Amino acid sequence: MVEIRFHGRGGQGTVIASKILADAVSKEDKYVQAFPQFGVERRGAPVFAFIRIDGQPIYNRSKIIAPDHIIVVDPSLIDAIDVTEGLKKGATILINTGRKPKEFKGLGRGFRIFTIDANEIAVKYKLGSKAAPIVNTAILGAVPRIFDFVKLESILEAVRDGVPVNPDDNVAAAREAYESVQGV
Amino acid sequence: MKKVMMGNHAISYGATLSRVQVISAYPITPQTQVVELLSEIVADQKLKAEFIKVESEHSAMAACIGASSAGARAFTATSAQGLALMHELLHWAAGARLPIVMADVNRAMAPPWTIWTDQNDSLSQRDTGWMQFYCQSNQEVLDSVIMAYKVAEKVLMPAMIVLDAFSLSHTYETVDIPDQALVDRYLPPFDFKYKLDVNDPHTYGGLTTPDWYMEFRIKMHEAMDQALVEIKKEAVEFEKVFGRRYDPVEPYMTEDADIVLVTSGTAASTARFAVDQMRRKGKRVGNLRVRTLRPFPFADIREHLKNAKKIAIIDRNISYGYHGIFAQEIKSALYGHSKAPVFNFIAGLGGRDIFPETIMNIVADVKKMKKPEQDLYWVEVKR
Repeated sequence: MVEIRFHGRGGQGTVIASKILADAVSKEDKYVQAFPQFGVERRGAPVFAFIRIDGQPIYNRSKIIAPDHIIVVDPSLIDAIDVTEGLKKGATILINTGRKPKEFKGLGRGFRIFTIDANEIAVKYKLGSKAAPIVNTAILGAVPRIFDFVKLESILEAVRDGVPVNPDDNVAAAREAYESVQGV
Repeated sequence: MKKVMMGNHAISYGATLSRVQVISAYPITPQTQVVELLSEIVADQKLKAEFIKVESEHSAMAACIGASSAGARAFTATSAQGLALMHELLHWAAGARLPIVMADVNRAMAPPWTIWTDQNDSLSQRDTGWMQFYCQSNQEVLDSVIMAYKVAEKVLMPAMIVLDAFSLSHTYETVDIPDQALVDRYLPPFDFKYKLDVNDPHTYGGLTTPDWYMEFRIKMHEAMDQALVEIKKEAVEFEKVFGRRYDPVEPYMTEDADIVLVTSGTAASTARFAVDQMRRKGKRVGNLRVRTLRPFPFADIREHLKNAKKIAIIDRNISYGYHGIFAQEIKSALYGHSKAPVFNFIAGLGGRDIFPETIMNIVADVKKMKKPEQDLYWVEVKR
């Protein structure tokens, strides 16, 4: 069982990212459960999404409080909240930023940190606007590069089916992100 | 076809595959996406149905009653205050013997204002004459809508599919959407013998004197008894066609268990997970999930609890000044049939999470006690 927590801000597509990742994992016939922080979401406020992945049916239906890994969609949250709360030792942390992984040593010891500049990629492919790029598909492209529970092909297929507009650009963004992860 | 979907959309797909003919609903969190998707499906003409917009849940049920009286397969969905507003008409739908199916996304009652899950909304409607099915997965939600129409139209009683807010309604998981052709074979079109017909006028529900009122009531009661027979029959039939089985109660490792948990909804799913963990440590614990609350499966409950040395009932609801509501039902089923002490725990009200650890702590507490020292125990509550 792998349990992951996403950190983003309302309006960035964090919940959709967890849903598209669930689509991708499901294509590989694994069991999956994805859910948002249950509540009322507001644009710009910190939001959470969660995903459980397993080779057998998932019966635990409670919230994830000790995730195996985290994905930080909005790096400004690192200064605003404790993104590593409950995070297990040896966890992998993926951060959407142009900075290098070693700059995030302050998050604590024993974590494997990777970064991906999903904003730059999203802007390049004109996903969302320059001021508010939609970064979720680029983030998802980085996931199969650092985790072994899903393949890039499944992500690309799920992105193509899962985005409401510009599937080609979103797929291209995910593919570019796969190649651009820092820290591998 | 397999598809990752939220529980709310599983309801919409269930209703679409059941070829419902009239949908009338009023949006309320956490039910909203149920009718959002259905309205899209109807607008896209993928389902030939009337979507009737209304100004309240009371009117939504009134529209369903009208449609069903005219022989249409009618559907609605709601939550919490919306269900409470329907209350009068829930009695009417059942008394008029209309096989309406509705989904209730369990949301706690206000005040204080809340959108999160517990069962007090649906359990407040326990005695209205509606069947109630408490689900634990999105697949079960979709399948239950289809099965509910089959049973409801056989016995002419309405049915409520109940699912936890957020833990199912907004949780995405893989659901196998059955082929329409298979569903059509399993669920024939609704052919209502008593439908309103201008060419053959009848009046229903008129003033009934004490000479005859009870005769209507015994027929309703017998129809509910028959519903239990049909639910069991359909569990087998459904499995034959779709490969998935839903019995009124679902035992898990109860046979040799010293302590048997009794649970419902998603708490039952998490309890199963907790049982696996406790079994790995050699603890003889089991779980009995109650899926069907009305009609109440007395015999099955007695059968699966007969070997239990202790019974721990977890209620995500409360009857103020009494006990948890599932506990009342289970205790009455066991009266005169079992000497096992029954412990009642109130947990997870207003969406508070029920973790595997919550359940393991309950089992540890029960293990320590010979018999209950209190009538009920409030779990993880601040004082």
